[in-house]
Amino acid sequence: MKNSNKGLNHDEPILFEIGGMDKSGVDLNEPTFKENFIGECFEDREIGLPGLSEPESIRHYVRLSRKNYSIDAGLYPLGSCTMKHNPRLNEKLARLKGFSEVHPLQPLSTCQGALELIDEISIWLKELTGMKAVTMTPKAGAQGELCGMLAIKKAIEARNECNRTKVLVPDSAHGTNPATAAFLGFDVVTIKSDKNGRLNFDDFKENVDKDFAAAMITNPNTCGLFEDDIIEIANYIHDAGGYLYCDGANFNALVGKVRPGDLGIDAMHINLHKTFSTPHGGGGPGSGPVVFSNILKDFCPAPLLKKDEENYYLVENHNDKDIDKSFGRLCVFHGQMGMFVRALSYMMSHGSDGLRQVSEDAVLNANYIKSSLEDILTPAYEGYCMHEVLFNDDFLSGTGVETIDFAKALIDKGYHPMTIYFPLVVHGALLVEPTETESKNSIDQFIETIRELASKTQDGEDFFKKAPIYTPIRRLDETKAARNPVLRWQKNDVIAAE
Amino acid sequence: MRYLPLTKNDREEMLNTIGVNNIDELFSNIAEKVSINPKFDLPNHKTEMEVEKHLSLLSDKNLHADNSNFFIGGGSYKHHIPASVDHIIQRSEFLTSYTPYQPEISQGTLQYLYEFQTQVSLLTGMDISNASMYDGSTAAAEAVSMAKRITKRNEVILSNTIHPHYADVIKTVSGIKDSEFFYNRNFSIDIDYLFNEVDENTACVVVQNPDFFGSCYDLSSLAEFVQSKGALLIVVVTEVLSLGMMKSPGAMGADIVACEGQSLGNPMNFGGPYVGLLSTKNKYLRQIPGRIVGESEDVDGKKGFVLTLSAREQHIRREKATSNICTNSGLCSLAFTIHLTLLGEKGFKSLSRLNHESALNLKEKILKIPEVKLLNKSFFNEFTIELPIKGEVFVDRMAEKGVLAGIPVSRLINNNKELDNFVVVASTETNTEDDMNSYIEAANEVL
Repeated sequence: MKNSNKGLNHDEPILFEIGGMDKSGVDLNEPTFKENFIGECFEDREIGLPGLSEPESIRHYVRLSRKNYSIDAGLYPLGSCTMKHNPRLNEKLARLKGFSEVHPLQPLSTCQGALELIDEISIWLKELTGMKAVTMTPKAGAQGELCGMLAIKKAIEARNECNRTKVLVPDSAHGTNPATAAFLGFDVVTIKSDKNGRLNFDDFKENVDKDFAAAMITNPNTCGLFEDDIIEIANYIHDAGGYLYCDGANFNALVGKVRPGDLGIDAMHINLHKTFSTPHGGGGPGSGPVVFSNILKDFCPAPLLKKDEENYYLVENHNDKDIDKSFGRLCVFHGQMGMFVRALSYMMSHGSDGLRQVSEDAVLNANYIKSSLEDILTPAYEGYCMHEVLFNDDFLSGTGVETIDFAKALIDKGYHPMTIYFPLVVHGALLVEPTETESKNSIDQFIETIRELASKTQDGEDFFKKAPIYTPIRRLDETKAARNPVLRWQKNDVIAAE
Repeated sequence: MRYLPLTKNDREEMLNTIGVNNIDELFSNIAEKVSINPKFDLPNHKTEMEVEKHLSLLSDKNLHADNSNFFIGGGSYKHHIPASVDHIIQRSEFLTSYTPYQPEISQGTLQYLYEFQTQVSLLTGMDISNASMYDGSTAAAEAVSMAKRITKRNEVILSNTIHPHYADVIKTVSGIKDSEFFYNRNFSIDIDYLFNEVDENTACVVVQNPDFFGSCYDLSSLAEFVQSKGALLIVVVTEVLSLGMMKSPGAMGADIVACEGQSLGNPMNFGGPYVGLLSTKNKYLRQIPGRIVGESEDVDGKKGFVLTLSAREQHIRREKATSNICTNSGLCSLAFTIHLTLLGEKGFKSLSRLNHESALNLKEKILKIPEVKLLNKSFFNEFTIELPIKGEVFVDRMAEKGVLAGIPVSRLINNNKELDNFVVVASTETNTEDDMNSYIEAANEVL
């Protein structure tokens, strides 16, 4: 194989080109049984799984890892994703054997500590949000949305008002909101944002009629702005017999500072992997507990954690009387325990006082970036922002440079780009979320870099169109990947998708 | 506060730059509506040592697989995980990165996901796989939703030997009406009755293999029959190691395969996080939910990987997406793929056989206990026994002796008295001869 390494930047072939059928990195004893008991479907088949010895495996994955950007290596200003520092204490505690080596269906008498931990994190979440009930089982934010909307659907059915099928979703919402509502058979109606980046309350009111079921509102919204009319909106929704679902993806701006329960919300999911710092892991696992108001709490999914005088127990079957109004079950077992341990460790480390500081610093950092860049970039909206600041691409107009080019140039400067082209309500959006775990030095350097790049856009587009050039690979042809999908390795390197 | 880098001076300077006197001015629009800075009934911050102590005490209250004799399965299994797996997944570049939206600086994640997709396809014997789901149960539910979209039919038939929680998840998550959901919680050792249930309204038949009770089936003729009626066969696998000794679901004719991948690389974690595997045929490619990685090339013609076919997904299609899934199980799929790479073909098959051998040994010993009967005609690494006493009583008494003896079926199916004395018992490569002898000794005492 030709050597195309460049210093510390190693090329790494795919596993199937370097592994061997006769190689293994695990020593196992030889099985000695004579007859199997698998029955008619037994087969000693050739699967085709290449193996590597331990040193080769480690090298393969270490070399791959070095092609990734990470929050540990640099500021990761991905708006609406809350890429904050992941404390290593949380990793250590999640690996305590009394959590990691416990089976979900052990006798309840043998896992009281695990149940107590779930109770403790539930108490923290209810107190911080000011809501009446919480369910811990949703596996990620999108499943949390599903959970909240299923509870709402069940509540509507319980009132015998199945005609209520309309769900209002602002145009700035995450794609998961309309996808969730549609998945459940609701009719999604998109509500326009107003010129201040908030939900257009008049348009909203016009769409509330006898079919109205619920609204899904993100607060702070994806423009990084607090929905100032939220209480009026909540009252309007309730007067019309509907429910208010809040997408809590941006709870990092409010935690310790404002209680969503004071805003008239009926259900809200919390991304433990955002606000409470469980690691994003290259795209999961997440965890999306949902808090509920009084009117929805009976519709929670199984299992339900309860306590009698001495012991914790689980109500976990569809026909148990304590959950006869429940909408059902979202996943096998009890949710993302490994994430609960990490999040509780994070909450306890910060405490009530530290969590308030978290939201204050997150909001401070974002506004500091906004103030430091507003003369050279173009903020999408006036006024203070919350934990993230949104720019449009007006500052690029006439330069030939597009948002994507600006983002790719930022990569060459050693940064992961901000979220781009989202939310959809702003042209060429650039959404910057620094989080509270960046130092002032780090933020100043980021600001300096953005200013330098923004000035450079006046010198022509070439520099930007070519970027990135210092990465292990340069801009990829995404159209080709979608048009002729090659989704796995095959022996002769040919796969035809129909 | 150890995780917050801003100093008091920094904050003052920054407030100055912004042009406000104090932080609450940035929250003033909220303060007009509700009170900010509420008082919480929660403790203030704690040192690392204090937090560690508190959580260690909670952890110490639990019996776990390493301080007990452990024989529980039922969709979550105790296996030995090589030390290098946990080391690699804790590398910053894997642990603290986001979904690979910017491929130029995410090739590490994208390449291992491409390798993962290939490994999963090989294991299941299917054409293609996605980059993971939350767990086996939600993968099964997504498979059912897929089948409904593909066939444009609504009726779903579940084998009654599927894990009862999986049945509940499928019904809830795929939003199936009572009248279109066919699942009988009565136990049948056989699945032949399914042939009578399928008709022209059936979207799919869902069968778990090995089933919740541990039995293994050749589903080839069922697959053929189901497909002859225009429906799809979905095969659910909760113990992925069984694929080292069985015909692959693909070879049996499955249309969609949904697996729990926890057994490779991931500890039991009291139920999560796990990793769901979802595979299907090429022709259903555009109906798959979730992230998919594909190959492409860069402007210099160099091979690389990108997230692809995103026109199916919520961030592009919004209310027209195939699923609402966004985050999946990235790091758990990394643990899965590393473990499988370390094993390789040879190791995977040996590990599979060691599991079977372990269960065979335990079965021999258990059947020597008077009045204990085996229900299975076949099994991989778990099986169901019928006891002279209630399963729940047996398991509780065994736990008092430090033996986690299995799952009483009545915990999951609590409306069928016939099943009260059944216990599902698993034995894996981690169980020694001594563990098994202790099981038998304790069982003889409690029965």
